[in-house]
Amino acid sequence: MKPIYLDNNATTPCDPAVVEAMLPFFTEQFGNASSIHSFGNQVGIALKKARAQIQALLGAEHDSEIIFTSGGTESDNTAILSALKAQPDRNQIITTVVEHPAVLAFCDRLEKEGYVVHKLRVDGRGRLDMDEYRALLTDRVAIVSVMWANNETGTIFPVEEMAEYAHARGIQFHTDAVQAVGKLPIDLKRTKIDMLSLSGHKLHAPKGIGVLYLRRGTRFRALLHGGQQERSRRPGTENAPGIIALGKAAELAMQHMDTENTDVRYLRDKLEKGILARVPRAFPNGDLHCRLPNTSNIAFEFVEGEGILLLLNKLGIAASSGSACTSGSLEPSHVMRAMGIPYTAAHGSIRFSLSRYNTLEEIERVIEAVPPIIEQLRKISPYWGEAGPAADPASRFQPAYA
Amino acid sequence: MWDYTEKVKEHFFNPRNAGSLESANAVGDVGSIQCGDALRLMLDVDPATEIIRDARFQTFGCGSAIASSSALTEIVKGKTLDEALKISNQDIAAFLDGLPPEKMHCSVMGREALQAAIANYRGEAWQDDHEEGELICKCYAIDSALIERVVRENGLTTLEQVTNFTKAGGACASCHEKIEDVLIGIVAARCEAGAIEAAPAVAAPEPVAAAPAEKPRMTNLQRMRKIEEIIESVRPMLQKDNGDIEVVDIVGKNIYVNLKGACMGCALEAATLGAIQQKLFEDLGEYVRLLPASQLEMAR
Repeated sequence: MKPIYLDNNATTPCDPAVVEAMLPFFTEQFGNASSIHSFGNQVGIALKKARAQIQALLGAEHDSEIIFTSGGTESDNTAILSALKAQPDRNQIITTVVEHPAVLAFCDRLEKEGYVVHKLRVDGRGRLDMDEYRALLTDRVAIVSVMWANNETGTIFPVEEMAEYAHARGIQFHTDAVQAVGKLPIDLKRTKIDMLSLSGHKLHAPKGIGVLYLRRGTRFRALLHGGQQERSRRPGTENAPGIIALGKAAELAMQHMDTENTDVRYLRDKLEKGILARVPRAFPNGDLHCRLPNTSNIAFEFVEGEGILLLLNKLGIAASSGSACTSGSLEPSHVMRAMGIPYTAAHGSIRFSLSRYNTLEEIERVIEAVPPIIEQLRKISPYWGEAGPAADPASRFQPAYA
Repeated sequence: MWDYTEKVKEHFFNPRNAGSLESANAVGDVGSIQCGDALRLMLDVDPATEIIRDARFQTFGCGSAIASSSALTEIVKGKTLDEALKISNQDIAAFLDGLPPEKMHCSVMGREALQAAIANYRGEAWQDDHEEGELICKCYAIDSALIERVVRENGLTTLEQVTNFTKAGGACASCHEKIEDVLIGIVAARCEAGAIEAAPAVAAPEPVAAAPAEKPRMTNLQRMRKIEEIIESVRPMLQKDNGDIEVVDIVGKNIYVNLKGACMGCALEAATLGAIQQKLFEDLGEYVRLLPASQLEMAR
């Protein structure tokens, strides 16, 4: 049976049109865009077109605001470090507890070096407290870095509003938008967002290519130093095939923006409702009223995520989990913990993330596949009795060193 | 995804002896819900012979936790309690043809469940000496809890010492920064408490002698006897697999041994020596190297 891919927040397949667009740039169009001869010149023209395609997707005012990088992590690190280096009189960072490691782990490192990092907390639905945020905006803050949408739950943060507050206090605002770009309409020229990260492989372009949007006039210090590529803001010979692929992917994302918010959303809702109607003791995570149209995160109580994933995988269904075991760490996902989801449910949380390539037939198959898997694992769970959850499961089973 | 062996997959997809056991007279509950792995082991023990007649498990955990539980029940059935107590976590992992380093704790949990269940049967209190931290060295599967304990107990201050004492960081070296972070935390606390002089903890140009100063020194004779005693204690384990070991000579920190029988040329020879060396570190409280006697000739 054909495999079903529901892990698009992890990565996406390249669109065939994207591959087709990039292929000539490995062979006949191999030139270095910096060269004066015709080999390089053709590449330069293609890069310009790609830059314009991305400018259109982001609604950037100028194409020079698009800086190509190697991906989301590099863009995030560059943005945060730039704000600190360019404003030496400011040594504080505001971010959130649910950011991607590309931001959180870097902030932890900066904290060790003496910078002050404020991490905004979230409530049980993964939402921020705007009062807490505004109270932290002082002239010691160099940058606010808040993700546009959460990769695990799809919860959307009000970054446009938050950027307004930061701007009013003269603070740079960066958003990690790798999950949002292509799924939500974005028009940066109408916002006060100074910097934005995007990653190619989350929107059907290849791995290894990304963008840092940098608003014109924003004080900036480059991470790398070398040649004049990207106006010296990101030196290194351009990844021409990747950039051209990303340009094509951006164009396609523009065309399919409505699909994401109609067809994909319909399939996601059908999947979530279908599973919740059939599986007892399961609940959706995140802000159900304000989240990405493609993401559903469901906690299955009293079972562990990796087991679910292995059994789904056997049926050709790919999803992901916030359990400790799938990542090899000792704790379940920091996002689940920040939302206060109990351990017995956090370990059993499964993320289904769809794309425009999923079909109704696939979703129906998944709805049929999930309930027996949960049942099978609950049968061997110490928290589960013969016919349902043990009465007072927490006291029925109290393992040592719990 | 994890590189699970076929045996692990087989025991996960078709777990043996899953479910509750009505006739159980020995029950062990271990694990940590925080870490996402917990296991209830139920045994039906014949009171006359102390033979385990039946075993079942219920597990909340990942694929390898379920497979380890399944393997454990298969291993213990038909054994006496005393025989069962000799089962190590390596036995469980070996039954499954191995586990990824990040997942070895699943086999540890299995062994602990067994100990807890037997203690429960005998009406004893089971002492949990479990410690677990973030996996630091992926080559040798050494976690932060072990490193912290060894650093504290031996007053270590350098990365090199940590590698000598625990092997952590001794292979690919990519965890050196993490080890230094652990060291910095502990050394800073010790400095604050006035236990040691403030000194560059990590980039110390001259590593301190590796022998822990706090322990009273043994005489040469005592030390040699102790080494022999430790080697004697591991022999039954090797003999079980038709192998053996003998000490040939002790030269400073180098202990030269002959592996015999099935141990000779065994693919796991290096791992065996490594494990015994680890035991020597721990029991002697000093860094020693365990080397095949063939190297003694070369040394001379």
